[in-house]
Amino acid sequence: MTTTTDRPTATGTAEPSGRAALAGTGTLIRFVLRRDRVRIPVWIVALTISTVSTAAGFPDLYKTAADRQSRAELMDSPAATAMSGPGFGLDDYTFGAMLSNEMLGFVAIFVALMSVLLVTRHTRAEEESGRAELVRANVVGRHAHSAAALTVVIGTNLLLGALIAASLAGSGIESIDGVGSAAFGFGLAGVGIVFTGIALVAAQITENTRGASGMGAAAIGVAFVLRAVGDIGSGALSWLSPIGWAQRMRPYVDERWWPLALMLVVGGALIVTALVLSTRRDVGLGLRHQRPGPASAKPSLGTPLGLAFRLQRANLIGWCIGLFLFGAMYGSILSDVEEFVSDNEAVRDMVSNIGGETAIDSFLTLIISMLAIVSTIYGILAVQRLRGEETTGRAEPVLATAVPRARLAGGHVTVALAGGALVLLAGGAGLAISGGASTGDAGITGDIIAAVLVNIPALWISTGLAVALFGLAPRALAFAWAVLVYALVVSMLGGLLQFPDWMSNLSPFGHVPGIPAEEFTITPVVVLTAITAGLVWTGIDAFRRRDLTTN
Amino acid sequence: MTTAIDVTGVVKTFGPVRALDGLDLNVATGEVHGFLGPNGAGKSTTIRVLLGLLRADSGTASLLGGDPWNEAVELHRRLAYVPGDVNLWPNLTGGEAIDLLGRLRGGLDPQRRADLLERFSLDPSKKGRTYSKGNRQKVALVAALAADVELLILDEPTSGLDPLMEAVFTECISEFMAEGRTVLLSSHILAEVEKLCDRVSIIREGRVVESGTLDDLRHLTRTSVVTETDREPAGLADLPGVHEVVVNGNRTEFEVDTDHMDAALRHISGLGVRSLISQPPTLEELFMRHYGDELEANGAGRHATAGNGQGAGDHA
Ligand SMILES: Nc1ncnc2c1ncn2[C@@H]1O[C@H](COP(=O)(O)OP(=O)(O)OP(=O)(O)O)[C@@H](O)[C@H]1O
Ligand SMILES: [Mg+2]
Repeated sequence: MTTTTDRPTATGTAEPSGRAALAGTGTLIRFVLRRDRVRIPVWIVALTISTVSTAAGFPDLYKTAADRQSRAELMDSPAATAMSGPGFGLDDYTFGAMLSNEMLGFVAIFVALMSVLLVTRHTRAEEESGRAELVRANVVGRHAHSAAALTVVIGTNLLLGALIAASLAGSGIESIDGVGSAAFGFGLAGVGIVFTGIALVAAQITENTRGASGMGAAAIGVAFVLRAVGDIGSGALSWLSPIGWAQRMRPYVDERWWPLALMLVVGGALIVTALVLSTRRDVGLGLRHQRPGPASAKPSLGTPLGLAFRLQRANLIGWCIGLFLFGAMYGSILSDVEEFVSDNEAVRDMVSNIGGETAIDSFLTLIISMLAIVSTIYGILAVQRLRGEETTGRAEPVLATAVPRARLAGGHVTVALAGGALVLLAGGAGLAISGGASTGDAGITGDIIAAVLVNIPALWISTGLAVALFGLAPRALAFAWAVLVYALVVSMLGGLLQFPDWMSNLSPFGHVPGIPAEEFTITPVVVLTAITAGLVWTGIDAFRRRDLTTN
Repeated sequence: MTTAIDVTGVVKTFGPVRALDGLDLNVATGEVHGFLGPNGAGKSTTIRVLLGLLRADSGTASLLGGDPWNEAVELHRRLAYVPGDVNLWPNLTGGEAIDLLGRLRGGLDPQRRADLLERFSLDPSKKGRTYSKGNRQKVALVAALAADVELLILDEPTSGLDPLMEAVFTECISEFMAEGRTVLLSSHILAEVEKLCDRVSIIREGRVVESGTLDDLRHLTRTSVVTETDREPAGLADLPGVHEVVVNGNRTEFEVDTDHMDAALRHISGLGVRSLISQPPTLEELFMRHYGDELEANGAGRHATAGNGQGAGDHA
């Protein structure tokens, strides 16, 4: 990676013409499509089917207008608004309005995630592996990689949008009409395109794929929180969130198209920014350069745990800061939550029906549960890091020293478990500090700490599962994400789709005592911790018995 | 003579691939043992089995008198390893990686570390991801050579090094060896093996096909002889073990199997020898002899051997 430089030379060679910069794009597009011939269709089909089947379930779940109306009243609460988005068309709650209020923001997260993962996979990951260098050395223009990735990912988004729009429009469900479906589908595509641009910019800034997809994922989180906080408060912050823009197209209520134009403009501007940035750096390098470091190791870097901590430290700090900020943003609207409730008769009635529960309590329960679900991402990533050590061959020289397998794995697992808890605690701290300031009631701190503590065993379950998979079936490690996705689906859509109890019981978070809204019970906490311990033990024991697998 | 490494009949399969197919390998304490073989022969796999990173399907392996799988940790305190593909931690500097690996083994000698950094002219303050391939290799070498161990296991340790650094490496290994320690050196670089190794094993398709001292192995191959005699060497070609006879007036070139050398020389000495040049087989020739058919199958045999001017490819 040292000799290839793409920078215009000091003699002031003109930029190559547009055509030259794009040479080879067609071939690369075919190559990208061939590599992702399974991955892209799976994303498209999975997202289309989940959206359409959700809508298809509505007529059975909500038979009468009164059923729908009671759902509308539930939607008109701070917790539901934080989770799903602003309630449009609540006065006459049609299936269409229900779909766009409660599904659009949720599906948008996954569309954004799809775009981020696909873009980094075909740009930064290619460079990191050195494959791009091999390809670039052929007749391939400077922007060809980006152009190919962009074409495919934008194409995927448009196809996904069109498919969702067409399937919804053709579903024949009452009030799910063609115009609304087009707004719904292409609103999603718009979100995808904005995040395509964000991911492409991120891919220029950092040198490694993990960093680029991490930045993209963080942007999704920020978009979600801005929308939630904005929707509960004055609404201004929602205008900083692409997810908020899609929701403000108001599909099935009174469609507006200019937010779509806004998304296309912003997406385009991000893409141009990324291309400009890419001309300022060398292939394989990022804009951020490496500085030299210490010539010898500190005493702390001398054990497997010390190594694991050192490798994960930067990431852990980033996550803690991120969750702290998320928590703080939610906390800052606690006073709005109170106001929201006093503005709203129905909710006040509903809240007073459930003994002793206040809107703030149920809001806190929900937010902490959300923070816990997000923290599980850290735990799974940390275990994937351990697997990365193995596949890149970095574990090999370590295991060739006097380090037992169990200690190598144990170091990373300790960081994963403790780090996950720490990340959630950071989120709780942000929530408590800014919530206390916003409500002027420091008393909520105790509730928040208690709620965070009871969520920790639940967040550990997916880490434990990841460890078990790492030992037993390392190639299937990605299945640990299933727990997270399941927990998200149950907690975000469980109410809307009226999932039976057993379904929410399958999610580890279904067992967490809902402090402060509910009473504390010890059993689930103990059981979840014991399950985690069993999973971790199983995984580490299996790792001790199996071959090390590289590549 | 005690044994540092003793492997008998080890089989290791990866799905349908039989990477090791009844491998036998014997390395005596205090020797530098060369481990040669074409790409994919199973050298790295053997080393990983010896390090307890892979578990053999069958066969027995012993390393420094212990079981490499069950007693991995205790054994690893007594050895150091340089992998074939050195991957460093992107965010750790080379110096940190060296210290870390040393401490995980149980400590390293700071004096030796400083000395080796100097000799390999390695900058320890660079981040892992900014090292070139050769410099990554140096980090692993310094980490291994700075350790006070009985056994070094090196998997193609010089594959990225420039000639100057290769010389430093050879020097370091010679010093290490002088202290009576053992080295298992997998390599493709024959000059290096010839220079350093007491014994070599040649592995092919998961089996050791040849093993012994270089002298032993030379006996298995042919010496080329160029001689000028007063009379023409009639009947030379009919002698057992004599090949490729080319008579050109008084000048005769031929090759002879090492164990038939004596008879051939007796025959010639009766003809009035004016000059005689005999060239012992090189390791390269040995190597070619064992990979020859493979190379030939790829149409590369002649080409690859043309360079050493000995027509070794014809042997296969
Ligand atoms: N983890 C694995 N899974 C499947 N096959 C493997 C694995 N590791 C090695 N092999 C196969 O085992 C055989 C021996 O590989 P090995 O790496 O030991 O060869 P080598 O002699 O070290 O080659 P080289 O000189 O190229 O380093 C090869 O055919 C290889 O493809
Ligand atoms: Mg190898």
